[in-house]
Amino acid sequence: MRSTLLIKLLFVTSLFISNTAFASMKESEGEGEKDLKTEITEYIGHHLKDSHDFSLFSIKQEDGTKKHIGFPLPVILWDNGLKVFSSSKFHHGETVAEVDGNYYKLYHSKIYKTDASGTINYDEKHHATNEKPLDLSITKGVVMIFIVGLLMFWLFSSLAKSYAKNGSIPKGIGRFFEPIVLYIRDDIAIANIGEKRYKKYMPFLLTVFFFIWFLNMFGLTPLGVNVTGNIAVTTALAIVTFLLTNLTGTKDYWKHLFDPLGDSMPWYGKIPLYIILIPIEILGIFIKPFSLLIRLYANMQAGHIVVMSLIGLMFIFKSWIGSPLSFGLAFAISLIEILVALLQAYIFTMLSALYFGFASEEHDHAEAH
Amino acid sequence: MDQLIEDFSLGLFFWQSLLFICLVLLLRKFAWKPILNSVSEREEGIKNALAAAEDAKKEMQNVTADSEKLLKEARAEREAMLKEAREIKDKLIADSKEQAKAEGDKMIKQAQAAIESEKKAAVADIKSQVANLSVEIAEKVIKEQLSNKDKQLKLVEDMLGDIKLN
Repeated sequence: MRSTLLIKLLFVTSLFISNTAFASMKESEGEGEKDLKTEITEYIGHHLKDSHDFSLFSIKQEDGTKKHIGFPLPVILWDNGLKVFSSSKFHHGETVAEVDGNYYKLYHSKIYKTDASGTINYDEKHHATNEKPLDLSITKGVVMIFIVGLLMFWLFSSLAKSYAKNGSIPKGIGRFFEPIVLYIRDDIAIANIGEKRYKKYMPFLLTVFFFIWFLNMFGLTPLGVNVTGNIAVTTALAIVTFLLTNLTGTKDYWKHLFDPLGDSMPWYGKIPLYIILIPIEILGIFIKPFSLLIRLYANMQAGHIVVMSLIGLMFIFKSWIGSPLSFGLAFAISLIEILVALLQAYIFTMLSALYFGFASEEHDHAEAH
Repeated sequence: MDQLIEDFSLGLFFWQSLLFICLVLLLRKFAWKPILNSVSEREEGIKNALAAAEDAKKEMQNVTADSEKLLKEARAEREAMLKEAREIKDKLIADSKEQAKAEGDKMIKQAQAAIESEKKAAVADIKSQVANLSVEIAEKVIKEQLSNKDKQLKLVEDMLGDIKLN
């Protein structure tokens, strides 16, 4: 793993970098308006996906080839044995990588097994039909997850240590984070789960909140990472919520699921209703986490598309009115995105707590349902 | 939807799950538990301190009430003592007045008795002196009268006359 110092350095310089990335597009404007638009669309599409190298920007050179600035990441494949190599072998999808006699090609951010010349076969829908080896690469997203994980671990364990040192009084950055931790405890966990059982969910709720928040905020930096807007990441998060909800479910939770009407009706009355009700309840178990994962994914994805499109507009307008206007819009949307970053983290945490609350409730008012 | 499934990256999913679960477990041990514990410890401490302050306040009130009571008692005692002293003083004055009066009376009586006896003695003395003077005067008168015969006779006659009258 790269040192965090390097990341910091890149972080600082990336402000200029994101501008130059678009500046390079502007230079290629001689090829025509349509080409610039397609290029921006492709750039956005590429940005939204995970990538196998940490590319920061690319410069179009005199001879028309692109020079990529960034660093490669390790590729880990399982294809009849573990294969580990650097993503620099792909040359950003331009060449075929040869490892142990097998040939791999990067196509639309995915690794396909090809022949030596890198032929990709397509079906009638223009989908690649080549064999896809199991790809466990350390991608850009994984790097960011790792960085955020390290950051959180460093931040909160030092906060814990400062508590131990200063006699339970927060110091420095802890003054900022403590109210948030307390808010999650008092207004999210205790409010939804209850005083008695909230404690065992706290580690997950706190971690997921800060994890999503930090990753969302990193997504707004010119580093250009879109981790929380990736369906695989939100799915993994939602699955944890799903597992926690159902594995810690109390007897009442399951009883409510399979006997939602309780004793309010004689059993022969319940049977026809339950033919409809029970499938709905069971579907609900899966719909709840599914809504979590889609909501987070869609919000972050949409935010990135809007901000990047508005930035792209600046270079398409190229007029004294249009460009400042779209700059202003992009700026305003970026500010809103900062709010959305916090809001989505809050919503995910809040709804998870709500589901945990359903799972851990022990009610003696079964008749009321 | 097809696009979504197409874009789903199993590798990223694997790493995300692994790293996230590790992160939750690590943070639980090294961050959340200590943080939440010290926060609740602090809250407990604040609660206890507030309760202790309340207790102290109550105790303070008790002490104040006690001292006020004591003060009141002391004041009452002082008043009682003063009253008693005044009574004793009054009684003493009255007693001594009475005693003085009795003494004075006694002295006056003695003085009167002394004056009486002195008077008696003086009167007795005066009487005896008057008797002597009378005798001497009588002697002198008689001596003169007896030197003249006529006068002697007249005297005798007068005397006799007196006797008759008696």
